[in-house]
Amino acid sequence: MSNEKATPRAADEVGVPDHFQYMHPVLEKNHGNWDYHDRPRAGVLHHVSKSGDEVYTVRAGTQRQMDVFTIRKLCDIGDEFADGHVRFTTRSNIEYMVADEAKVQPLIDKLGEEGFPVGGTGASVSMISHTQGWLHCDIPGTDASGVVKGLMDMLHEEFIHENMPNRVRITTSCCQINCGGQGDIAVNVQYTKPPKINHDLVANVCERPAVVARCPVAAIRPAMVDGKATLEIDEKKCVCCGACYPPCPPMQINGADSTKIAIWVGGKHSNARSKPTFHKLAVANLPNNAPHWPEVNAVVKRIIQAYKKDAKHWERMGEWIERIGWSRFFDMTDLAFTKHHLDTWTGARKTMNQSAHIHF
Amino acid sequence: MKDGDHKDGKAKEAEIHPTPMLDQLEDGPWPSFVTGLKRLRDAKGERYAPMMNDLMGQLNHSYENRKGYWKGGVVSVYGYGGGIIPRYSEVSEKFPESKEFHTLRVMPPPGFHYTTEILRKLCDVWEEHGSGLIALHGQSGDIMLQGCTTENTQAAFDAINELGFDLGGAGPALRTAMSCVGAARCEQSCFDEAKLHRGIINRFLDEMHRPSLPYKFKFKFSGCGNDCVNAIHRADFAVIGTWRDDIKINQAKVKEHIAEKGRKYTIDTVVSMCPTRAISLNDDDTMDIDNRSCVRCMHCINVMTKALSPGDDKGVSVMIGGKRSLKVGDMMGIMVKPFVKLDTEEDYEEMEEFAETCIEFFADNALEHERVGETIDRIGLPAFLEAVGVEADPNMVNHPRTSSYVRTDDFDEEAAKWFERKALDAGMTVDG
Repeated sequence: MSNEKATPRAADEVGVPDHFQYMHPVLEKNHGNWDYHDRPRAGVLHHVSKSGDEVYTVRAGTQRQMDVFTIRKLCDIGDEFADGHVRFTTRSNIEYMVADEAKVQPLIDKLGEEGFPVGGTGASVSMISHTQGWLHCDIPGTDASGVVKGLMDMLHEEFIHENMPNRVRITTSCCQINCGGQGDIAVNVQYTKPPKINHDLVANVCERPAVVARCPVAAIRPAMVDGKATLEIDEKKCVCCGACYPPCPPMQINGADSTKIAIWVGGKHSNARSKPTFHKLAVANLPNNAPHWPEVNAVVKRIIQAYKKDAKHWERMGEWIERIGWSRFFDMTDLAFTKHHLDTWTGARKTMNQSAHIHF
Repeated sequence: MKDGDHKDGKAKEAEIHPTPMLDQLEDGPWPSFVTGLKRLRDAKGERYAPMMNDLMGQLNHSYENRKGYWKGGVVSVYGYGGGIIPRYSEVSEKFPESKEFHTLRVMPPPGFHYTTEILRKLCDVWEEHGSGLIALHGQSGDIMLQGCTTENTQAAFDAINELGFDLGGAGPALRTAMSCVGAARCEQSCFDEAKLHRGIINRFLDEMHRPSLPYKFKFKFSGCGNDCVNAIHRADFAVIGTWRDDIKINQAKVKEHIAEKGRKYTIDTVVSMCPTRAISLNDDDTMDIDNRSCVRCMHCINVMTKALSPGDDKGVSVMIGGKRSLKVGDMMGIMVKPFVKLDTEEDYEEMEEFAETCIEFFADNALEHERVGETIDRIGLPAFLEAVGVEADPNMVNHPRTSSYVRTDDFDEEAAKWFERKALDAGMTVDG
């Protein structure tokens, strides 16, 4: 393209594109007319329309962060087996729709050959929904794609089988903003130290009133240090959330002594059975040992094994814990219950046991 | 944003940065993004290869020092103020080729349907103008074309725009929305998710492309209470499909399910797990459902996909105010419209107008950097309802208030309105 900067092209504000132009023809034909579905095996959905049409969906895991060669390889597979149509799930799994049952097994075989694990359906551990991390975020405490790769390697067998009591949705977030979202298990950065302020830079880089306003506990105030207008922190009030770091990078929240990992359990999006829930703290202060996060992986594995062994069919992680009680959860996972598990935030009282119900 | 040091890509080709930390992420059964990055780095003769070499160098540097090295800035395309996430490297002396590595957030079709043809075209654009690295998809639901220089941004946008794609949201603006697969492939879908998704977002594109809201505002559309796009947790305006008549029961299929799975298993996993104890199994292995007690949670339908299905009188619920942690903690949406029919064009139009009312309320009333859920907490739900023209409804609460600290001197007038609404709902006329 030549540099015709004097006359830039006006955008065609097309907005959200029409999905029908890309949709598999069997889906388009039976749009809004489906009757039921079942799952012939892990990684395969079988939907039957009221018209009698059937479609098989084969789901496979991807690395989400994809080079064009990977995407083209996925497209080649789609051209060979799935009429040139694909879709993605919210957890970055790719789905191939095939109308002909005879194509299902060859498609599964091909995905296997090319290194895309088939699974992620039903009572499995699906792909971890994650954030950008060191690859692209401006405020990350850890990486996303890399540590998720390590976790999914460990959980591979649980992705390709449906051996869990119910589905397991794991998320990771590289800071406490929790962009990864709620999950049955959430692996999130948890800072342990107040930000370290570079007073030379604050006045030039940060809009100070906005930073003061950002603090959830009003611990930041304007100050003069060595004649420079800057900010200071009441470290007794500070909850080390990192909210001031995005609008004011000289308030560095990350550091080997500060950036730790916490694991949370029992979040759930679905309304099935119980209402949606937030995840709750299981353990904090695990080391941020990228690339493999061995300490984190060990705890995730313990939690998943305890859930797999003890939960009833269709109980999600949080529902299982609610039945067995938190005492047994901490016993079964060999994790410590500490004063830090007692919520102190707005609404904390509602999280306390205000009854005589206790678990032994 | 200096453009001083121009690159000399070819000379760099031989100097591959060692990436010992990243190299550890290539084994194992899960697809490796590192192997993918290396394919881009090693793409012979490609313009982006030196950029990806330096990107990998910087990422490995992050792994070694456990710190991120990107900072934001301002980059946009002609006529737009948002949609691009600018990234400038803080370690560009060491890794100059990836010193600018911006992301174009591109709105996907609802339900993430693609032909291989359009995906290949997107790949071609991103090889020509960007880095060849694409995330499908980001947490907001965008196609993320990652790794563009400031110089190439306009051309990259022009190319994807000519393919029929548009930029998504970033900053204090209407954001890219998400819908589940819905009516396209799911029998549990209770409305045309994609139609409403496109209707709402495409109506308010100005709020997306030229950010001027107090903070972000997100829509998400899930076809039923399973909420596969996490709307209640993540959206300021969550639309969830539901129905108000009876669950449809195919008793022959109920019997088949029990014959296959067992009576005890069915009692344990269906009857006992109903949150409102609305299901009972009869002695002849047929099933009764007390539909007035049912809360449309979807569990029994999820388990018995052939025997049970949502009713015919379908519609949606709207929940307002979900968000992630920053800064007051995670919040879920509150039920604001328990049931709205979405059958006709007029129904969709009315829902779009309600969305507009909510966006306008947010624009006018939220403080800077405040999400609408926080605004509601600050002013109270009654004030929000009054502002958006919605009457109080018992489905909005877990239970009525427990605090007596409220002024109730107009209670009788409010009660009269309630009875008037009930009478109107029942089809009766009310005297002035």
